[in-house]
Amino acid sequence: MRKTQKSSRRQPRDGGLTRRVLLTRAVGAAAITLSARGALAQDPSSTTSRPGPPPSALGTRAPAEQLKRTPTATSSRTPLQDLHGTMTPADLHYERHHGGVPAVDPRTYRLLVHGMVDRPLTFTLEDLKKFPATSRICFLECSGNLGRQGGERTTAQELCGLTSQSEWTGVRLATLFNEVGAASRATWFLAEGQDAAVMTRSIPLEPVMDEAMIAYAQNGEALRPEQGYPARLLLPGWEGNASVKWLRRLELADQPFMTREETSKYTDPLADGTARQFSFIMDARSVITSPSYPHTVQQGWVEIRGIAWSGRGRIRRVDISTDAGRTWTEAALQAPVLPKAHTRFRLLWRWDGRSTEILSRAIDETGYVQPEWSALQAARGRRTRYHQNPVTGWKIGTDGRVLFGIERVSA
Amino acid sequence: MTRLLACLAVTIAVTAVTTAQAPPQRFGFGEPAPREVIAALDIDVRPDGTGLPPGSGMAREGGELYARQCAACHGPKGEGGQAERLVGAEPRGLAPFGPEYERWRDGRPDVPFTIGNYWPYAATLFDYIRRAMPANAPGTLTADETYGLVAWLLAQNGIIADTAVMNADTLPKVTMPAHKRFVPDDRRGGRNGEL
Repeated sequence: MRKTQKSSRRQPRDGGLTRRVLLTRAVGAAAITLSARGALAQDPSSTTSRPGPPPSALGTRAPAEQLKRTPTATSSRTPLQDLHGTMTPADLHYERHHGGVPAVDPRTYRLLVHGMVDRPLTFTLEDLKKFPATSRICFLECSGNLGRQGGERTTAQELCGLTSQSEWTGVRLATLFNEVGAASRATWFLAEGQDAAVMTRSIPLEPVMDEAMIAYAQNGEALRPEQGYPARLLLPGWEGNASVKWLRRLELADQPFMTREETSKYTDPLADGTARQFSFIMDARSVITSPSYPHTVQQGWVEIRGIAWSGRGRIRRVDISTDAGRTWTEAALQAPVLPKAHTRFRLLWRWDGRSTEILSRAIDETGYVQPEWSALQAARGRRTRYHQNPVTGWKIGTDGRVLFGIERVSA
Repeated sequence: MTRLLACLAVTIAVTAVTTAQAPPQRFGFGEPAPREVIAALDIDVRPDGTGLPPGSGMAREGGELYARQCAACHGPKGEGGQAERLVGAEPRGLAPFGPEYERWRDGRPDVPFTIGNYWPYAATLFDYIRRAMPANAPGTLTADETYGLVAWLLAQNGIIADTAVMNADTLPKVTMPAHKRFVPDDRRGGRNGEL
C-alpha cells in the first residue's frame, strides 16, 4: 500500500500516467484505487498529490486562522474567543501604552537602580541575564478591562480582552535590590519607563519582594517591543500598568512618589466620597469565551468554555449558570491551576433550544466571589472607573444566536 | 585490581551529586552609576517638592504657552477636546462623586474629573507635564515654562491667584481641593471581602 502511495506521487500534474507508474501499481493495487487516485491528482486542493513547501525560518498561522488584536489609539485587545487553553501567543498579547511603543536599542540599554541604596548601579541587558533567572506563568490585566460599547454585539475580546497570559523569565527584583544594597528604611520604589510618557508608578516593596521580577523574556523568547523590550517590571496579580515596560530606572524611597498614574489616574472614586488609591491587586474574574457573540449554537451538546483568574492567588471554583442566574453548576477546571494565572474552565451543557442566558462566576482561594454589577455599583458608586470585574454572560436566542447579555452592565 | 578501582571511581564520579553552591552576598554585576547619570535620569518631583528645579513661572506666561502648545488638544480654556478636560471645579469644594455630590447633582449632567477636583498634589502637575507633555514633543519644556503652565492651570481651576508665582518653594505649599479624599486600598479579598 505504501509503495502505491509513493508511486502515485510521481504522477505528472496533467494526470497522465507513465508506463512505469502503471507497472508499479499493477503489482499491488486494485484498479479501483488507481482510478480514484487519478481523480484526486486533478483536484487542486489535494495535499497528497504534490509536496508542500519546505521547512522555513519562521512559522506562520494557517491562512484560515488569522487572529487579530483590536487596536485603538492607546490599547489593543486579545481575541479571547479564538484562544484555547491558557497561554496567549505573544503577538496577540494585549497592549496598553501611555506614549506609544519606543524602539529601545538593546546594546545601549541601561537600567539604573538608585535612591536609598548602598551602591547605585546601572545594569546592561547582558548583566540582567547573568543573574540567576526565574520563570513563571501569570496573567496580566489592565485595570480598565471592561468594554461593552457594542451593546448586545459586544465580543469577548471587546468585553475583557485587556488580559493575556504568558510565561515570563527574568531576574528576581529581590536579587537586584540585594546587589545594590537596598536600605532597610526603603519601603517604596519608583519604576520608570523610557517611553514617551516616561511612565511611572510607585510600588511598595514588602508586598512584591517575593514575586516581582525584571522580565526580559516572554513565552521563551525576548520580550516583544509592545511588552516592554528589552526589560520590564513584572508584578504577578497586579494591575498591568504597575508592571512598567521599557524599564529604565528604579528609585528606592521611604514613601510613594504620588505620580499622575496613582493619583488622578488608576484610582477608584467610591460611593462614600473617598478615592481608593494603590488598588493594585486584580480581583477574581471570569468570562465565558465560548459560546459568545457572534457565535451561533445548535440544540444539543454545547461545551461552555472560558477563563477565570485572580490576582490574590489560585482560582478555587468557577460556577456556571445556564438559566440566567437561578441555579449554578460547578465547572471543571483544567489542571494545573496556577496562582495568579488564567485558569481554563469547561462545562458540558445540553441546550434544549429555549432562549436563556449563560453566566460565569469565579471564586478564588481567599473565598472572594466575583460580584454582580449591582453590588459593585452599590459599593463604588456610579463614577467608578477601574477594577470592574462583574459577573457577565451571554444571551442565547431560540435561533441559537448568541448576544452579550448583561443589561445590568450598561452604565 | 587497578581496573576494578578505576571502575569504582568512575561509578562514584557519576553517581555523586554535590549540593549547589549558595548564592554569593553580591554577584558584582553592573557598573557603579556616576552622579551625572543619576542626575540626568532622576526627574521625578515628589509632593513635598523634592526634585523641583530652580526657576519660576506665573499664570500670564503659562497662559500664552498653553495657547500655543496645549490648547489644540485640551481646548482653549482647558475645557477638553481630543485630550482630557483640565479645568473645572464646580461645584466648589465638592468631588465629582460621593454622597454630597449625588445630592447636589439632582439630575444635572455629570461634572468631569479635572485638576480642580481630582488631583491630590500640586507638585504632581510639574512632574507629569515635564515628563510627558506636550504629547507630540514630551520633555521639551524648560523649568520656567513648566512652572508657568502649572501656575496657569492652578489659576484657571481657582486654586491660586492669577498673580501667584510658582517655584520650588511655593508650589509644594499649594493644597489641592481633592487632597483629603485619597485613601490607600486595604482590602484583602475573602468571602465577605469589601468590593
